Amino acid sequence: MKVLLAGNEAIARGAWEAGVRVASGYPGTPSTEILEALAQYDGVIAEWAPNEKVALDVAVGAAYAGARAMAVMKHVGLNVAADSFFAASMTGVEGGLVIVSADDPGMHSSQNEQDNRLYCKFARVPCLEPSDSQEAKDLVGIALALSEEFDTPVLLRTTTRIAHSSTLVELGERQPPAAVPDYRIDASKYVMVPANARRRHPVIEERIARLARWAESFPCNRVEWRDRSLGIVCNGVAYQYAREVFPQASILRLGMTYPLPKDLVRRFANGVQRLLVLEELDPFLEEEIRLLGLPVLGKEVFPICGELDPSTVRECAIRAGLLAESERPPAVEIPSPPLPARPPILCAGCPHRAVFHVLRKLRLLVAGDIGCYTLAYLPPQAAVHTCGCMGASIGVAHGIAQAGSPQRRVAVIGDSTFLHTGLPALINLAYNQARAPVIILDNCTTAMTGHQDHPGTGRTLRGEERARVDLSAVARSLGVQHVECVDSYDLAAVERAVRAALSAEGPAVVIARRECALLPAVRRTWQPLSVDAGRCNGCGLCLQLGCPALVRSDSIDQATGRPRVRIDSLLCTGCAVCSQVCARGAIPRKDRHH
Amino acid sequence: MSGYDFLLVGVGGQGTLLASDVLAATGMRAGFDVKKSEVHGMAQRGGSVTSHVRWGEKVFSPLIGRGEVGYMVAFEKLEAVRFAGLLRPGAVIIVNDRAIPPISVSAGNDRYPSDEEVRAALAAVSTSVHFVPAVPIAERLGEVRANNVVLLGALSRFVEVPLECWLAAIAERVPARTLEINQAAFLAGRQADL
Ligand SMILES: Cc1ncc(C[n+]2csc(CCOP(=O)(O)OP(=O)(O)O)c2C)c(N)n1
Repeated sequence: MKVLLAGNEAIARGAWEAGVRVASGYPGTPSTEILEALAQYDGVIAEWAPNEKVALDVAVGAAYAGARAMAVMKHVGLNVAADSFFAASMTGVEGGLVIVSADDPGMHSSQNEQDNRLYCKFARVPCLEPSDSQEAKDLVGIALALSEEFDTPVLLRTTTRIAHSSTLVELGERQPPAAVPDYRIDASKYVMVPANARRRHPVIEERIARLARWAESFPCNRVEWRDRSLGIVCNGVAYQYAREVFPQASILRLGMTYPLPKDLVRRFANGVQRLLVLEELDPFLEEEIRLLGLPVLGKEVFPICGELDPSTVRECAIRAGLLAESERPPAVEIPSPPLPARPPILCAGCPHRAVFHVLRKLRLLVAGDIGCYTLAYLPPQAAVHTCGCMGASIGVAHGIAQAGSPQRRVAVIGDSTFLHTGLPALINLAYNQARAPVIILDNCTTAMTGHQDHPGTGRTLRGEERARVDLSAVARSLGVQHVECVDSYDLAAVERAVRAALSAEGPAVVIARRECALLPAVRRTWQPLSVDAGRCNGCGLCLQLGCPALVRSDSIDQATGRPRVRIDSLLCTGCAVCSQVCARGAIPRKDRHH
Repeated sequence: MSGYDFLLVGVGGQGTLLASDVLAATGMRAGFDVKKSEVHGMAQRGGSVTSHVRWGEKVFSPLIGRGEVGYMVAFEKLEAVRFAGLLRPGAVIIVNDRAIPPISVSAGNDRYPSDEEVRAALAAVSTSVHFVPAVPIAERLGEVRANNVVLLGALSRFVEVPLECWLAAIAERVPARTLEINQAAFLAGRQADL
């Protein structure tokens, strides 16, 4: 039976069919739906871990025990898990181990566009890349078999366009997992002290050489002969663009991009007049092919930065003289005024908004972190001043404090991010007594990536109830004496708590707590407010909150000549933060049922 | 069997993902090869969003090239203009008659284009431009959030696929308790004055 599956759903299906027993990961666009989909199947343990390193260690342990295992993360997650990744390459495995890395060319939802194929070369781990959902499913099973045959972890690399595109997939049956054997103790292989590691290094070099020979006849590395004047080497979604834009060209599609099947590449190159590499991001295949001494075109034609699409590919090819000018579709001039941009923003009812309103009012320097709240770097809040990678806020604020910066500063970090990598930084801040209050923005979920549970929500990926990590108790146990918890929607309380934390003697933590307004249970309690037109004089104070539910109306206040404010009832949740900033009481609260 | 290239544009949170699901499922039921591509994550936080849905005998790229979109469904007027440059001249354009002003407009720093400007921009691409009052239509049916399906109903007039394929796709994709209202919304859009 054929069904339409997104790349991520297909990977989950592939893991289930291939008899994966244990899967662990941390959410991150564009990888998140893989574990969410896998959790819908029976017979698999699918878990959220607090971060990617822990997730990979769990998968490694399961593979050491002889089970098939999978770790899932977005591209930057592999930075967090890199230590474990290199270690797993050194030890090898008993059961198959596949690591899914979802890269994000174009940075639809990421802070960089690193190309994780380089990690494969770095750690001597084979890299498989699907071109559609069918291959995404099939390559999971192939990766696990390869892992077992060659005693190596295998990286399955997707990109946003594969992860979030849906294509037709033929479903298969589940291959029942073999019984987990008695644990095989082998210290010389699994204890990487220098003496053992020195013996293992030649083993992994020899392993990757054998894999390169295997790749020569791997059916997913496939030549499609058409016209011989142009030959295109491509991978992943770029294969689809090659077929679309160069329907006549011969193609070498690599389903395994590391290690390279050198003889196959040479044969293909010798069979065509001109050789072109079409790949997103880094010139990875291009450089490997140059090392073979073959003349090849690649990044002189196509960009390194950003995501490819058929138009970009076509335009670059026309400019390089690879396609005729007549291939360019006619462009239509659109007569339009300059259009206002529409960047992502904090949603109506977002509990983070109120906290940043206070931070801006107090003119604090804010070391920020990654999550929905990063969006408060934009006006009108403009109250996030640094954000590099997950968990950095607390350490950065600590460093700013220790540098002796005169500016009053705080760190802000979401609940999920705090448990991901904020915890060791808070231990450090308490231990070394740095003067930078930490505000944990606890919206009781991982909102940015679509509401995943975490150890602080007290629910697992499968929705089972667990004891929730008590953030106040954690902070106190680390030696933070000043710990206060407030309702994020209560502007006065938030301001009082932040001021108190700033004047506290030692390290201080404020937990600003209020559930994300988009959580299904909260949505049911929405009660849109409305503006009392008799009181509103269009002063615009409420618009300083930057809430999308507040808009200028067509009705003009006669006294001031200003347009009054109106509330879009499709967007308003009734959080009543605007009621608190309105000086004229023009936005009456409604009684909320909790 | 000639293909269809659809572009859905709107503001994150407006229901473009569900609509593109229904559209893809309809194409499958009509016997096409189908690809659908959309962006999740950060862009869903009130930013501009697009989904590409392609039907054809054999579809390669999940993304439609610039100048090759044959059908656009815009869930918001400003977004219709923003992405008009991707359309093929003469494309069918279905526009929700709804404005969601970006924050910079509410703050008074930017101007939202007037209806005349929106119409002029779209008229440069095509004469087949259809504004649909999908919000009031859905409101009358008692579920304003079904306005996305009203727009699909309007689109369906221009797509040569049996009505059963659409209705079955809706049944497959929307939660059972909202099925009736969504099918009613679809039919209301299909019958709306264009
Ligand atoms: C290493 C790494 N893993 C995952 C992500 C994806 N990601 C970005 S923010 C975030 C967590 C957001 O949750 P939280 O801190 O609770 O803030 P919220 O979005 O709920 O406000 C995740 C998982 C990332 N950017 N980097």
